[in-house]
Amino acid sequence: MMKISIDYDLKFLLDKVLDPLFKKYGLEYEFHSLAEIGIKGSPSPQVMNDLQEDLSALGITIINDHKHGLVQKIKKAITTYLVDGEAVKDVKLSTYLADTCNYSYAHLSSTFSEVTYSSIENFVILKKIEVAKKYLNTGNYTLTEIAHKLGYSSVAHLSNQFKNTTGLSPTLYREIIRQKKESDQLRKREYTQIDNEN
Amino acid sequence: MKIDLLTVALADDDEDDRLLFEDAINELKIKTKLLLFKNGLELMNYLKKPDAELPQVLFLDLNMPVMDGMRCLDEIRRDSRLKNLSVAIYSTSSSEKDIVETYVRGANIYLTKPSDFKKLQNAIQKILSINWQFHSSNLDKDNFILRI
Repeated sequence: MMKISIDYDLKFLLDKVLDPLFKKYGLEYEFHSLAEIGIKGSPSPQVMNDLQEDLSALGITIINDHKHGLVQKIKKAITTYLVDGEAVKDVKLSTYLADTCNYSYAHLSSTFSEVTYSSIENFVILKKIEVAKKYLNTGNYTLTEIAHKLGYSSVAHLSNQFKNTTGLSPTLYREIIRQKKESDQLRKREYTQIDNEN
Repeated sequence: MKIDLLTVALADDDEDDRLLFEDAINELKIKTKLLLFKNGLELMNYLKKPDAELPQVLFLDLNMPVMDGMRCLDEIRRDSRLKNLSVAIYSTSSSEKDIVETYVRGANIYLTKPSDFKKLQNAIQKILSINWQFHSSNLDKDNFILRI
C-alpha cells in the first residue's frame, strides 16, 4: 500500500459542501466558527426541516437549535413581563411564561437550567436588578419608588437583593456610577485637548 | 454565543495563585479554556496581537512586577479593540477605596482573593455565569459592576 500525507483546510471543505445546499434553499450564510453558522433572515421551520434532512445525509446535525431558541424566548418574555409589568401583574410569572412559550413551566425551567447553568429564578433577579440600576442611573427616582415599581414589598427587600446580586449596596453603586461618569467626561476632555494641540 | 466553551485569561505573578485558579476553574461544570500570564506586560503583548483570541473574562491581579494591573486596565479601556473586554480585578486588597477606584477606571468585577478553594470555585462560577448572561441577554454593559 502507498502512503500519502495530506494537508487540508476544513473550512474550505465545509464551504464546498454547504454552499450548494444553502443555495438550493436560497439562504445566505456565514461561518461564525467551524461549529457555528449564521443564517441571514429567519427561514421557515419547513425550510429548516428540509435543510436538516439534507444535512443529515452528509452526517451533519443541527444541534440544540431548539433549546437555545427556547431560552431566548424565555428571556424575552421575562423582560416583557418586568418592563410592561403593569399590564400583567395579576398573572404569576410562571403562568405567564408557560402561556407565552407554550410549554409547561417545569419544561421551561429544566431547559433553561440545562442551557445556561443558571435558573429562571436567578435570571429574573438579575434582570430586575438591571432595571433597578437603570432607574438609579437616571438619578430621578428614590429607592422607595424603585422598589414599588419593581414589585418589592419594601426598600429593605430591594436593597438586600441588590447587595446579594451585585455585591454592592444601591447607594455605593450610585456613587460609583456618578464618579465613573465624572472621570469619563474628564478623560474625554483631556483627549480633545490633546487632539486640539496636535 | 454559547456557554459551551468560554475562554478565560488570568494575569498573576504568583505561581501558587495561578495553579490554584487553574485547579478551581477546571473543576467547574462550565467548560473553559484558560490563558495564563505571569505579568501585565506578557498579557498586553498577547492581547495586542491582531489575531489574538480574546477572553470572555480577564482576571487581573493588581500588584504585579513589570506592569501592574491598573496600567493594564487603563490600556485596555483606551484600546478600541479591547475596551469591551470584561475585566475582573483579582486582588488581596479589600479596601473600599481601592475597589471604587478600579470600578471608576473601568473594571467590571472585583474579586477579593478568597481564603479557601471552595470559595474561589464558587466565585469563579458566579462570575462566569453572570458575565455570560450579560453577553447573551442584551444587558447593559455600562452597568456591569459586580463585587464578590
